[in-house]
Amino acid sequence: MPKDGGIGARSKRREDVRFLTGRGKYTDDIQLPGQTYACFARSQVANGRIAGIDTTAAEKMPGVLAVFTGEDFKDVGGNPAGWLINSRDGTPMKEPKRPVLAHGKVRHVGDAYAAVVAETYEQARDAVDAIEAEIEELPAVIDMASALANSDNLVHDEIGTNQCFDWGWIEDNREATDAAIKSAPHVTTLHLVNNRLVPNAMEPRSSTGSYDPGTGEYELRTTSQNPHLTRLLISAFVLGIPENKLTVIAPDVGGGFGSKIYHYGEEALVLAAAKRLGRPVRWTATRTEAFLTDAHGRDHVTKIELATEKDGKFIAIRTETMANVGAYLSNFSTATPTFLHGTLMAGVYSVPNVYVNVKAVFTNTAPVDAYRGAGRPEATYSIERVVDKCARELGIDPIELRRKNFIKPDMYPYTTPVALQYDSGNYDALVDKMEERGDLAGFEARAAESKSRGKLRGLGISTYIEACGIAPSNLVGQLGSRVGLYDAATVRVNATGNLSVMVGAHSHGQGHETVFPQIVADMLGIDESMIEIVHGDTSKIPFGMGTYGSRSLAVCGSAVVKATEKVITKAKLIAAHMLEAPGEEVEFEDGIFSIKGTNKTVPWGDVALKAYIPHDFPLENLEPGLEETAFYDPANFTYPSGAYACEVEVDPDTGEVDVLSFVAADDFGNVMNPMIVEGQVQGGLAQGIGQAMLENTTYDENGQLLSASYMDYTMPRADDFPMFTVDHSSVTPCTHNPLGVKGCGEAGAIGSPAAVVNAVIDAIQRGGKSDLTHIDMPLTPARVWAAMNA
Amino acid sequence: MTKINMTVNGRAVSAEAEDRTLLVEFLRSGLNLTGTHVGCDTSQCGACLVHVNGEAVKSCTMLAAEAEGAEVTTIEGMANADGSLSTIQAAFQEHHGLQCGFCTPGMVMSAAALLKDNPKPSEAEVRDYLEGNICRCTGYHNIVKAIMAASGQLDAIAAE
Ligand code: FES
Ligand code: FES
Repeated sequence: MPKDGGIGARSKRREDVRFLTGRGKYTDDIQLPGQTYACFARSQVANGRIAGIDTTAAEKMPGVLAVFTGEDFKDVGGNPAGWLINSRDGTPMKEPKRPVLAHGKVRHVGDAYAAVVAETYEQARDAVDAIEAEIEELPAVIDMASALANSDNLVHDEIGTNQCFDWGWIEDNREATDAAIKSAPHVTTLHLVNNRLVPNAMEPRSSTGSYDPGTGEYELRTTSQNPHLTRLLISAFVLGIPENKLTVIAPDVGGGFGSKIYHYGEEALVLAAAKRLGRPVRWTATRTEAFLTDAHGRDHVTKIELATEKDGKFIAIRTETMANVGAYLSNFSTATPTFLHGTLMAGVYSVPNVYVNVKAVFTNTAPVDAYRGAGRPEATYSIERVVDKCARELGIDPIELRRKNFIKPDMYPYTTPVALQYDSGNYDALVDKMEERGDLAGFEARAAESKSRGKLRGLGISTYIEACGIAPSNLVGQLGSRVGLYDAATVRVNATGNLSVMVGAHSHGQGHETVFPQIVADMLGIDESMIEIVHGDTSKIPFGMGTYGSRSLAVCGSAVVKATEKVITKAKLIAAHMLEAPGEEVEFEDGIFSIKGTNKTVPWGDVALKAYIPHDFPLENLEPGLEETAFYDPANFTYPSGAYACEVEVDPDTGEVDVLSFVAADDFGNVMNPMIVEGQVQGGLAQGIGQAMLENTTYDENGQLLSASYMDYTMPRADDFPMFTVDHSSVTPCTHNPLGVKGCGEAGAIGSPAAVVNAVIDAIQRGGKSDLTHIDMPLTPARVWAAMNA
Repeated sequence: MTKINMTVNGRAVSAEAEDRTLLVEFLRSGLNLTGTHVGCDTSQCGACLVHVNGEAVKSCTMLAAEAEGAEVTTIEGMANADGSLSTIQAAFQEHHGLQCGFCTPGMVMSAAALLKDNPKPSEAEVRDYLEGNICRCTGYHNIVKAIMAASGQLDAIAAE
């Protein structure tokens, strides 16, 4: 029987009602009195020297209130990278300044060099057109290999190179890995591209700054996945506004997928402009601006080698990757291709030697940063593609080869050669589940049926592991993180017995307003409806590092549990006082406090009320009130894993690929709300299959973004997918957090691209072209047809 | 500026607008009906979808002035008269057809237009019809499920 409330129930989402009736409040929905509008002047060229900007005409345009250029911000700070990476030779990464508005040079198409604030958006836009900027175009740095080879043509002149860092992981593994590959009986080599993606949250970024001259307080309403982090960056690095004078509010946010983790210059501009004008200033991105300026994802070029024994036992994995960071370092851009990628390069396999080299490259393109999965999809794609290729070379069934090399359930905790310690998992069980749910035994019959219709059917498998629940501060601190990655929660019991729970996680689709109450209600034995979640406002919540890296439940959920436990402890003392018994004799179950071995009881509501009417409290031992805060810092990452199977049909005449079925068998540890977990996986699958089949971000050699709208960038639509089969019944609970949860937000996007590509290669090889071993994503009909007919 | 009159969600409204004002802006800024969203600038995402004289229209493709005298229904007008969720809205909640909620008003309006013309669509017809509505969160799975459920055909979709 499914439960009708609490942990594990398919509780319906309470936030849905406002979204379904048009009462959501997204940033652009909120009008502040006296609000003005900002519009940005953005570079049309990828690389250019700013010779002069004449704003005189723009200033005289109707409705114009202020015009800003890079000059106005040249003395304030820059937007920093959150993670320091050291190169193999021990030198720190190159870290050029990222200003609020471009100064001296523009570095990508869309780079903002000026902004106009006016009474209406249309007036601001008209005035932007009247700004006369003299920008001398320079040759664009686009291709990564040429960027590294050519030091005459630089994105940032002052650093003398286009290489941000040259990172080895783990450098001590290098020699042994090289030697193992040299002497191995079999080595499979694969060159692949992990295509650049645009996150495309459906709500474009939007920010409204306001300033109260009476109190000196600033407020920023913005589309953020982590308002406290944004406040910290603005206060400590960019504008120097005292943290206690700046409130950051992220109200309803329409999706993020990583792109709204980061602080962007527009946020600083609207705050500075609000102060200058004494009026609120709003900016909302057009979709074109979103394409040009949101941090993009992926964009790796990789060579991977897998060395094995003749029987398929893995000996070593070595990868060399060029990772595009774009024109500036976005906040997590340096962590994504390194510690979220290199550390996962053992996958789910027991392989004694692993070495990863990553060169991060500046180019005249939009910044690249974490996008759903962040580094882990890149690692998974490389591993699972090379394992598949290896199976075909050795003539071993791809599932058998994987099973042969899995880390086995009795090997945990398992320390990989790339320095992670996996706490739990059972990969054979996931494959069993995938085989069952996908009826893999029936595949050959289905393939024969497809063949009878002139179609090539293929089956592709992928497994994955990801490091989530980001992250243990102690560990990431040693690895170069400049922030801690704990989270916080305050559980406030009101006098009437209902609760407000302030959480540091931020919901932009994940359903926190529903799931966190399920947990608290379960712990207190009260109804979910008595609990309200407060999030997304730095003035209301204690602190928080926000939502990304599948961390909300594993990290913030653990803080909620801790704070609730503290509340129970305090409530027991109040109950003990009310029942005139020693505190240690109080028991609490199903919302009732009782004294062991007696029939004395007091319900939750009476204790809550008593906390605020403490007429007879022994004040030296018992404080009034019932509210507790907890910070939780995880002991380790969590390690969700899964086994995915994709079936496709390829039309040999057109190269068109149809995804017929997709089965995801995941191990997320314990599941709090299966309905929400399934939704997260389905959404992730669509993004991963979208990457494999449809999506691609293309710059031409001059740095013009060719895919800057929904006309040119293929967003997945409803008719691109079948119904998905999602199974999370294989559970190995996380061993180190109180709920035993692992996180489910990114899995679908991580595990699916390799399964799709493996399926298409399988189909084509079955069709007789067995020498075709790889096609780069996205597998458009043109690419597939060309590969089949090469 | 011209004065524009129309009936929105059954209520006669009139407000000043520039000639270049789009219907979506008129609804959002002029009437403060912010449930209708803007997700793109090329008329492709469907976040702005409303009904004009009973037809599904992307309100970013129509000038407010063109809707002079029209009957317009937005997401704010979709609930039952007593304020409870309509069948389609309730099915979206029941089947988790929304996550961030940004595409949702457009999806609901689109689903309503589909079911009005085709009360028992097949799964393929639903997917096909949603071609003009982009959702980045759900993978469409539960949107399709919700629409099939709203049409009373939950059992007609492929087994999950
Ligand atoms: S805003 Fe109208 S279709 Fe995107
Ligand atoms: S629910 Fe977020 S875009 Fe559809």
